[in-house]
Formats: sequence, structure tokens, C-alpha cells
Amino acid sequence: MTLLAVLQVVILILIVAGSVLAVWLKDLLASVIALGASSLLLALQFYLLQAPDVAIAEAGVGAALTTAIFVLAIRKTQRKEEE
Amino acid sequence: MSVVVKTIARILVPVILVFGGYVILHGHLTPGGGFQGGAVAASAVALLLVAFGAPAVKRLKAPFSVLEDLGGIAFVVLAFLGLGFTFFANSLAGMGGLFGAPVPTGPNAGILNSGGTVPLMNWAVGFKVLGGLGAVMVLFGLFGGDDDR
Repeated sequence: MTLLAVLQVVILILIVAGSVLAVWLKDLLASVIALGASSLLLALQFYLLQAPDVAIAEAGVGAALTTAIFVLAIRKTQRKEEE
Repeated sequence: MSVVVKTIARILVPVILVFGGYVILHGHLTPGGGFQGGAVAASAVALLLVAFGAPAVKRLKAPFSVLEDLGGIAFVVLAFLGLGFTFFANSLAGMGGLFGAPVPTGPNAGILNSGGTVPLMNWAVGFKVLGGLGAVMVLFGLFGGDDDR
């Protein structure tokens, strides 16, 4: 495998790890940060797959705007998840 | 939010806005365009909302709704400009003046002052996306009063 293929596999594993972390964490703010990191890695994966247009849209909407909206929602409700 | 977040936000918000404008302005040459640049610029509004709270952003009196209306109207007017030929015909390309420089054939680095109505429509879409997302997020932040924690 080339170096680029190895990098892409590593990024995919990190995306899955970030998504699992976002579901598993009980602190919702940390969960939102994990989701944002996962989304940013997805944007990097789009760039490596030579779709820079989609990568900019994903980084702007997925990583920035949804994270900010989730943070606003957590500020208005509660930070810890209930059992 | 803490002083660290507010200071970093004061530094970063102009930089994010300028980068959004760059993505819109070069939309017809490089990746990106109206929607992407507008979303990048709206993330500056999101940063302001998270750092300073929604009432402080509302006190800025940024005309998000007016920006959205003007963007939509400008897009339709630019589309009607081509009605001598067809709807959406690019009547400004190659005519000289604003965004009207002739484009050489063959490989070239791209001329910023070209494209006709396409860059102007990119600006219209960019302002519409910035106005729409900004208005939605400010209303979301204002909902149910502000409890800054």
C-alpha cells in the first residue's frame, strides 16, 4: 500500500473512533467536541479523495456550524447526560 | 465564556470573515463558491454567539434578514439580465468592465476579473447564506433567554 492509502485508512479509523466516543461519553460538551473532530477528519478525507469543494462545505457546516449550535443548545439545557 | 475565548474570538472573527470573502470572490476559479464562503463567514457569527452570547450579538444590529433578501433579489435580477438571449444567459462575460475580461484559450492560471455574472451570483448566494444562517443562529441563541455559563 502506498503512503496515501495508509493515511486514508488511519483517518477512517479515527473518524469511527471519534463517532463512537461521541456516543459513549456522558459529558455532552466533550461529546460535541468529539463529533466536531470526527467531522473535521471527514473533511480531510474528502480533500485527500480530491473533492476540495465538498471538503470546504463539510468543514464549514459540519465542523463549525453544527458544533456551535450544539454548544448553544447545551448551554440552554444541561451538560451531563441523565441515566 | 471565559476571557481566553473572548480574546481569541476578537482576533479570529475578522480573519474568518476575510477568508469567507476570499472563498466567495475566487468561487469561479478555485474550489468553493457562494455557499461555502457564506457558511465559512457564518461560522464567524457562530463564534461570536458562543463567545459573547446572543444578546450581545443582537446589540450589534447586523442586518441578517436584509442581507438574505438582498442576496435573493440580486440573484434573480442577475438571472433576468440575460433575458435578451435566455434566462440565466451570461450577458456580462467578455464585455469588458466588471468581471468582463476576455479569457485566453488553453491552460492558464485563471483571471480573477472574468466570469461575467457568475462571480456576482456567487456574492449574492454568499450573502444569502450568511444572512440565513446568521439569522437562524441568532434566533436560536435568543430562544428562552440567555443563561451564560
